[in-house]
Amino acid sequence: MNRRLFLLLPLAGAAWAQPEPRVIAIRAKKFEYMPAEIELKAGEPVVLELTTEDVHMGFDAPELGLHADIIPGRVVRVPFTPGKPGSFEFACDVFCGSGHEDMTGVIKVAA
Amino acid sequence: MQPVDRRQFLKIAGLGGVVFASGLGCASTKSDMAYGAGQDEFFFVQLSDTHWGFKGAPNPDAEGTLPKAIAAVNALDPQPDFIVFTGDLTHTTDDPAERRRRMARFKELIGGLKTQRIRLMPGEHDASLDNGAAFKEFFGETHYSFDHKGVHFIALDNVSDPHGAIGDEQLAWLKSDLATQKPDGRIVVLTHRPLFPLYPQWDWATKDGAQAIAALMPYQHVTVFYGHIHQENHFKTAHIEHHSAKSLIFPLPAPGSTPKRVPLAWDPAHPYRGLGFREVEAESNEYKLTELPVAKA
Repeated sequence: MNRRLFLLLPLAGAAWAQPEPRVIAIRAKKFEYMPAEIELKAGEPVVLELTTEDVHMGFDAPELGLHADIIPGRVVRVPFTPGKPGSFEFACDVFCGSGHEDMTGVIKVAA
Repeated sequence: MQPVDRRQFLKIAGLGGVVFASGLGCASTKSDMAYGAGQDEFFFVQLSDTHWGFKGAPNPDAEGTLPKAIAAVNALDPQPDFIVFTGDLTHTTDDPAERRRRMARFKELIGGLKTQRIRLMPGEHDASLDNGAAFKEFFGETHYSFDHKGVHFIALDNVSDPHGAIGDEQLAWLKSDLATQKPDGRIVVLTHRPLFPLYPQWDWATKDGAQAIAALMPYQHVTVFYGHIHQENHFKTAHIEHHSAKSLIFPLPAPGSTPKRVPLAWDPAHPYRGLGFREVEAESNEYKLTELPVAKA
């Protein structure tokens, strides 16, 4: 490798490096999400890491086009980048018991 | 309770209830008239979301509401041709033995209906935790079809899958069942969840409901009656009408009108407000819906 190329490589690497997306852990259990309110910024890439402490749950945010099954014993990663500011509801869409209807939350996206 | 005769019935509807004309063809065109000719008129009653076993502040008379509704239906004169329950017969429980006790008691209670031609279908509270196993033990199949006086009825199960889906197998059955019908035949679908995405943020939808609607779309006269949302809602997907029924346990807020889908509070000054059942009168080219209270004010 010649000296000129050697010097260019680190600069090119720095220019291509992407910031690691922020990881937001969301735990589900009968019958709540923790946290139930998530604050994000428009354009900020994030990864939602979903887990359940007891039974099979769902995570459904239809306005954001997000959906995942949360299986006991697994970590479900949902990467996304919110595009527009606003409040977007999410809910459990896998019936999980007598408090299923209470399993809701909101993603608040700031400008 | 005094029987309510047909004339009183219409009077109640005109004063305090609601009569909703659901047009099979909407406009009375010549072809509609011809289509309706020779069809028998009849009526059936839709009850929904009785949630037997529920306990809580939203209904301090939870154990009394279903018996009152049964008494109200028994007071109808004449009696309906048949009665349908569009799901959530029982309130869910994690305990399979308790689930069966609730179903057994529900079955016992509806044994008191004068009209014993009863069609049942499950809601997610009945069927989603065990894929419909207990429901089938007590009440039989979760999806089926039958014919009555020129109308083809199809009961669809969109709850035994806890994801709230109908599923490929049942969709295939639906298509084969529909294949026996003429394009201008009268078809009524009975189900629990809305087949269209009424408010998916609150899980008021059927995951693959669009496929069922697509299968129904070639048929000119289709009406869907459902439950789940504990309130009346009237909607059309193209020419297909969708009518949800009130609950017999507690009302829920209008779609998206509150931050959470929590039951509306019981009002001691107006007990049973927001609860009720429905009469569906099948006439030559329309259904007339009459909403009735669970108990007299």
